[in-house]
Amino acid sequence: MRLREAGGNALAIVAVPALAVLLGLVAGAVVMIISNSLSTGVTDLTLPLGAYGSMLAGSVTGLDELVRTVSEAAPLILAGLSVGIGFKAGLFNIGANGQYLMGALGAAGTAAAVSAWSPWAAIPMALGAGMLAGTVYGFIPGALKAWTGAHEVVTTIMLNFIAAATIAYLVTGPLRTPGASFARTGDVGNAALPIIIGRQTGTGDLGILFALAAVPLAWLLLSRSVLGFEIRTTGANPSAALYAGMRPGRLIILTMSLCGLLAGLAGAGQVLGISHFISASYSTSVGFDAITVALLGRAHPIGILFAALLFGLMRAGSALMQIRERVPVEIIDVIQAVILLFLAADIIVRTIFRIRTERGGVEELKTVTRTYGGAA
Amino acid sequence: MDLNEGSGRDHLVSAASLPLQPGTGPRDGAPPVLEMRGVTKRYPGVLANDHIDLDLRAGEIHGLLGENGAGKTTLMNILYGLVTPDEGEILLDGKAVQIREPSDAIARGISMVHQHFMLVPVLSVADNILLGEEPMAGPIFLDRAGSQRRIRELSKSFGWEVDPNQRVESLSVGWQQRVEILKALYRSARVLVLDEPTAVLTPQETNEIFSVLRKLRAEGYAIVFISHKLYEVLEIADRITVIRRGRVVGSRRPSETDEDDLAELMVGREVKLTVERGTSHPGEPVLVVDNLHARDDRRHETVRGINLSVRAGEILGIAGVAGNGQDELVQSLTGLRRPTSGHVTILGRDVTGHPPAALYRGGLAHVPADRQRHGLVMSFPLDDNLILTDYGSRPYATTGGLIRDPEAIDKRADELIAEFDIRTPSREVAVSTLSGGNQQKAIVAREFSKGPSVLILDQPTRGLDVGSIEFIRQQAVAMRDRGVAILLVSAELDEVMELSDRIAVIYRGELVATVDGRSANREDIGLLMATGRAAANGAQPDTVTQ
Repeated sequence: MRLREAGGNALAIVAVPALAVLLGLVAGAVVMIISNSLSTGVTDLTLPLGAYGSMLAGSVTGLDELVRTVSEAAPLILAGLSVGIGFKAGLFNIGANGQYLMGALGAAGTAAAVSAWSPWAAIPMALGAGMLAGTVYGFIPGALKAWTGAHEVVTTIMLNFIAAATIAYLVTGPLRTPGASFARTGDVGNAALPIIIGRQTGTGDLGILFALAAVPLAWLLLSRSVLGFEIRTTGANPSAALYAGMRPGRLIILTMSLCGLLAGLAGAGQVLGISHFISASYSTSVGFDAITVALLGRAHPIGILFAALLFGLMRAGSALMQIRERVPVEIIDVIQAVILLFLAADIIVRTIFRIRTERGGVEELKTVTRTYGGAA
Repeated sequence: MDLNEGSGRDHLVSAASLPLQPGTGPRDGAPPVLEMRGVTKRYPGVLANDHIDLDLRAGEIHGLLGENGAGKTTLMNILYGLVTPDEGEILLDGKAVQIREPSDAIARGISMVHQHFMLVPVLSVADNILLGEEPMAGPIFLDRAGSQRRIRELSKSFGWEVDPNQRVESLSVGWQQRVEILKALYRSARVLVLDEPTAVLTPQETNEIFSVLRKLRAEGYAIVFISHKLYEVLEIADRITVIRRGRVVGSRRPSETDEDDLAELMVGREVKLTVERGTSHPGEPVLVVDNLHARDDRRHETVRGINLSVRAGEILGIAGVAGNGQDELVQSLTGLRRPTSGHVTILGRDVTGHPPAALYRGGLAHVPADRQRHGLVMSFPLDDNLILTDYGSRPYATTGGLIRDPEAIDKRADELIAEFDIRTPSREVAVSTLSGGNQQKAIVAREFSKGPSVLILDQPTRGLDVGSIEFIRQQAVAMRDRGVAILLVSAELDEVMELSDRIAVIYRGELVATVDGRSANREDIGLLMATGRAAANGAQPDTVTQ
């Protein structure tokens, strides 16, 4: 009885996200067929099969491909956890993108300065600087909310722009490396994260391990720790949290700082592991994709892991898809957008697939809708 | 919708089968306006309504009694189109109708006055009444003049002088209730369902609402009156139907029953309606409040110099009409609001303005007024809720208060579930799936079992059924006898009168009188609550002593 209950619940929880992905793939297929028929005049109904086939071929069929998938997923896992933990606390962290950028900036600037140090010192310095920059960038909207009531949705959106502007200023100014043909930071040198797995076409750096380790740690935090209980209580019912003797203001600051740390680590990992420098126009969409990842993963660390891997898979495989089937890589943006649409409007998914259980809904969305209502 | 599947229905006395005695109701012999036949609603694991039959005649007040979770609300929600029944049918004027949503119900003349008023405080009386069905004068503008005239006429016909332009938030609770009733009548309701209409009213306001209901009855309206106050149902209803565990277990006429009989029907066993409170043996003052002032969220001073002292082993009851500063007083004592001036001491220690966690450590326990907003996290499992106010201390948190210990939490949950008889499928279900009575029992279990020296009970039995009320009141008396200092705040005057060793009346943020709980007179206190002054010829209350 207990087992069946638990199994039933798990199925209900996964149902809407899984079906949203299915609908996203169907919508992607329809767009592929139509756009192909408009541009070539040929209506090829088997095109999506070929496209999705080569997407899989480019992402899961060998070690290199798998490593590429995980490597693409790593920043999404960290940023997804950042947004997901925010959801658990009733906070809508739209600022993961800015926190990611600040993490990247902090890591790139520090790494350039310590690039000649021994890797044992340079890597922790650069990573630590990236995490610290992200943490501070999460602390700011948290403190603004706790102390003044300023809404995190508004402040984090603004902070995203400030992060991009800060990068532009620092990289064209104080952090610019002399002698380069464009404004960029110096090479990370010895602060580069070592490659730990994979061969030439698909390599994975140490950053993958950080991302994979963050999943069980986040789960432990949320499910087993007193702090996680406080975070979840504040998110589920702030009034009850206050009554229970928790301090919601302090928890909001702490949670937002933690969100910033995770997103900052994602940015630092990208710079130190892959790009090895940032330019003045450095930008990303990881922080926004992370919102979809967190919703798709139902704000649960394991769910976020799988959602990020799915998105990583699409990114890793999209290049081969474009080469083989001439389907532009942008199709994955379409799929991603449709998934988000169906998660947000889960009533559509429930109607199409006749899901009746009330538990099927994506509860984290309440944070999204409630935060817009202005209830602090 | 198969009526023949009514297994086990035969042995039940249904309301429909009860022959009407001529001359007992104003419109006897008339066919029922409304009939519910074999209405059944199943939820996973629960049979909320089990082939319920209910009929309602024009010019009748039909009392509906049942414990919380008995199925009254589900039944009325089916009638109002909020819930779809699995089986059974609803007949209006003898014809089967489908009610899929509230607008169907309203269109057919069925209206519901909810326990929690569904009014928009910042809108005027007229706007609230029109909301959802705005009369138009032409394609763009509202017909305000015409609708205001109608509202005035309608209210005058009941002898009320309602100003349609007055804002609802400026009205007393009793008047807000009348606006709700007017709203129903404005929509040409014939069937009126009142869900615990007297829960928030003073005795005087209750009497006024009763005279309104009698007037409506005389004009041929059919009224369902839901209440858990047995004496009120006995006073106002023409027939009483009792529901227990989703079934109709009996139907009575007020003349042939009494409170004990009804309570036994509701609960299924004999119930003690009045708690044996015995004698109290008060000791030293434990909770002392000295000249306390506090403001509400809108910066109005609502607690204006309160002095009180609760001794070990006594219950001090605060009686008062809702909104006279009780909320801010309790919040100031429990760390949820910072008082503007004055002092609070517990066991001689100044705890003014201390946060909740520090107060709990100092021996305070608090049963909050709003169990769903403050007392529980509805989406969390029962076991987490049972340790909500000591989640961070041993043995529920180990390793320096960092890691939770699920085994200790489970063990505690099992103990409390057994000791306080919380009816639940398991300790892991979300507390939102439990009935109101069991939710409140969970809070009571948690707070009473902490071994407090001061216990603050804010509306401890609001909206509960007799069985739960009996249990919680007995537990409160038992806590008193163990030497706990108890401050009881309740909008239910009956409750304050029944439990308190001393009663303090709060009026506009001040304690206007303190009287002995055993010799207090209901009418005197009612008058003090309403006016802040004692009757000129009534018993003079003691003055405030602390």
